[in-house]
Amino acid sequence: MKPAPFAFLRPSTLEEALAALAGEQGAKVLAGGQSLVPLLSMRLAAPSMLIDINALPDLGHVRVAEDGVRVGALARHAEVLASAEAAQAQPLLGMALSHVAHPTIRNRGTTVGSIVHADAAAEMPMVLRLLEGSVDVVSVRGRRTIPAAELFAGPLESTLAHDEIAVEAFFPGLAPGAGVAFQEIARRHGDYALVGVAAHVETDGEAVTRARVGFVSVSDVPVVVDVTAAVQDPGGDPAATALAELDPAEDIHATAAYRTHLVKVLAPRVLAAATDHARSRAGEAIRP
Amino acid sequence: MTTEQLHDVRLHVNGSVHEVRVPARRLLSDALRHDCGLTGTHVGCEHGVCGACTVLVDGTPMRSCLMLTVSAVDAEITTVEGLTEDDGSAQGRLSPVQQAFSDCHGLQCGFCTPGFLTTITAGLRETPDPTEDEAREMIAGNLCRCTGYQNIVKSVLRASEITAERERGEA
Repeated sequence: MKPAPFAFLRPSTLEEALAALAGEQGAKVLAGGQSLVPLLSMRLAAPSMLIDINALPDLGHVRVAEDGVRVGALARHAEVLASAEAAQAQPLLGMALSHVAHPTIRNRGTTVGSIVHADAAAEMPMVLRLLEGSVDVVSVRGRRTIPAAELFAGPLESTLAHDEIAVEAFFPGLAPGAGVAFQEIARRHGDYALVGVAAHVETDGEAVTRARVGFVSVSDVPVVVDVTAAVQDPGGDPAATALAELDPAEDIHATAAYRTHLVKVLAPRVLAAATDHARSRAGEAIRP
Repeated sequence: MTTEQLHDVRLHVNGSVHEVRVPARRLLSDALRHDCGLTGTHVGCEHGVCGACTVLVDGTPMRSCLMLTVSAVDAEITTVEGLTEDDGSAQGRLSPVQQAFSDCHGLQCGFCTPGFLTTITAGLRETPDPTEDEAREMIAGNLCRCTGYQNIVKSVLRASEITAERERGEA
């Protein structure tokens, strides 16, 4: 398998990269390439030009501040996963990243690249949505912040304009009294999930004040469903609430019925785990 | 039809410099095999699933089929040919991981072996004394279609022992 021919640029400044991208309608940005290069090799994508951003300065950061974690466009999954500070500020990052492909892929693939690739079978687009994070993009026209809720337009389609480069993703930190959990079922650990589910639960004392669940590989876009009412109702069924907004599809890996079954099993499980996580963190916070 | 543009790329492979002239679409795996003549790197699935083409990029395992040659300019690449240790002899000495695969029947047809050897070499640097579970996790991204994984897991554990023995000066 060989990619179709394309022009290639490896600029050393962001300005140069943005100018080139703006000037070539068919250009694509190459960061880690762990999703893009297979698409090129299988000729599912044939950009006229690739702009390799790996030589750009100052994009490899994993920066932890009071409000959350900022990940630069060249930070590899492995680097984000290795950051103990990032895991402390937002535990869902580590929980989900350990499921992103195999370590060898994580050594090259970037978290920001995975997010703007917008694959519904990938963990990090859903995680960004569940955490209500955002992505900063730049173009020759300037810089803007796209909230995760407005980032995913369709299957493998983000709302970035063709001349924009995603330079940073922001994952809000986990508030006191909030908890998260992640589980997925795959044929082998590291393979694409048949179904992956994450939960974000906010508590006030014993009461759950907000509960949301995100799904990987169930619909054709990353989906997050608010299940607060179902969780607060003693007879409520959060999985049923979620399924009303999901569209489990059949492919060679699993039938739609099996995916539906996995949603029913995993959603209550991760909700319970996230609730426990929230309460254990609240307990830690009040301990002297 | 216009001629495809070629790029002059200086690759650093196993301590040597290779000047190659390639189109931008040349995968690193193909450049290593066809342009550098290092056919130890094997090409299986060519989309990042099988792990046969794994090489070390600045010491870190990466899929050479998922990298473009033109993106590899600043990197020091180690292929399976570069794992052998220099002991003064012409052919060198097998590295601990290579020796372990030989000792434990960790290969049969050998197609997947270069990817396992590079992956495990880096894995043992990070986890020098792995448990069996850690050994399995280390090789989870590589496929073998004939030997099966039992002897490869044994090889990982044996390679850890050989490394320790050599460090103590026993072997």
